[in-house]
Amino acid sequence: MISFPELGIGLTHFIVLSSILFGIGLFGVLAKRNAVMVLVCIELMLNAVNINLVAFSKFVTPLAFIGQIWAVFVITVAAAEVGVGLAIIIAIYRNRLSIELDDFDWLKW
Amino acid sequence: MDNITSIAIFYVLAAVILVSAVLVVTLKNLVHCVLWLAVTFIAVAGVYMMLGADFLAMVQILVYAGAVCIMIVFAIMLTRRSDISMSNLFNAQFRVAGLVALATTALCAFMALRTAWKVSAVPVPPDTVGAIAELMLTKYVIPFEVAAILLLVALIGAIVIAKEVEAND
Repeated sequence: MISFPELGIGLTHFIVLSSILFGIGLFGVLAKRNAVMVLVCIELMLNAVNINLVAFSKFVTPLAFIGQIWAVFVITVAAAEVGVGLAIIIAIYRNRLSIELDDFDWLKW
Repeated sequence: MDNITSIAIFYVLAAVILVSAVLVVTLKNLVHCVLWLAVTFIAVAGVYMMLGADFLAMVQILVYAGAVCIMIVFAIMLTRRSDISMSNLFNAQFRVAGLVALATTALCAFMALRTAWKVSAVPVPPDTVGAIAELMLTKYVIPFEVAAILLLVALIGAIVIAKEVEAND
């Protein structure tokens, strides 16, 4: 494995990387019209969180593996979320013939 | 030399992740977006390798770059209606969304730069798979089983929701 001497890449680098990736994902979730695209951007945000968790696991608690185990659970939940989310989108598409989020307005009055 | 190599690897991976993530959000063709999403996932797996989490890197490539991307492409093809090259547009509130995202990023990065992290000098053990497996089946066995049930429920739920509804007549 690659070592990190004092002047090399530290924990802060990884947290800044993951916060920028989280910001890109958040922008996509808020600004996209397509429901599939919103799911994709949620995946980007979850990946940013996972980078954070693994970086903390390496730099803060290298022997406890808490961050890595947590990341495994995040990946599990993300896979379940994508499956159910896409099924919901397909079901809505069958009723409305659209996956534009602006058309999903049954709950409005 | 080792130091310079690790710095170079980090910045190359970070550039790949951020550029492909921006392309995922901004491209107009939904299928191209998913292709760049796979690039992002593989680069994230590279970051996991850098951090000594080789098991997670493999899971990332298998689950995200493999399964999730394929599933999203399936959903796009099943729900295609009009011109695919204009299938991924911004909505009316993208300025506000940009502001919110920028503020969140700036806040997180600012706090990360200001905090004095208690960094441990101990290196990550080379055998992460064995350690994770042992913890999963001893200390974290209940969350492990709950995750298994969650996956089963999500599988059944996805089948029930996406199943063809019979017409009432």
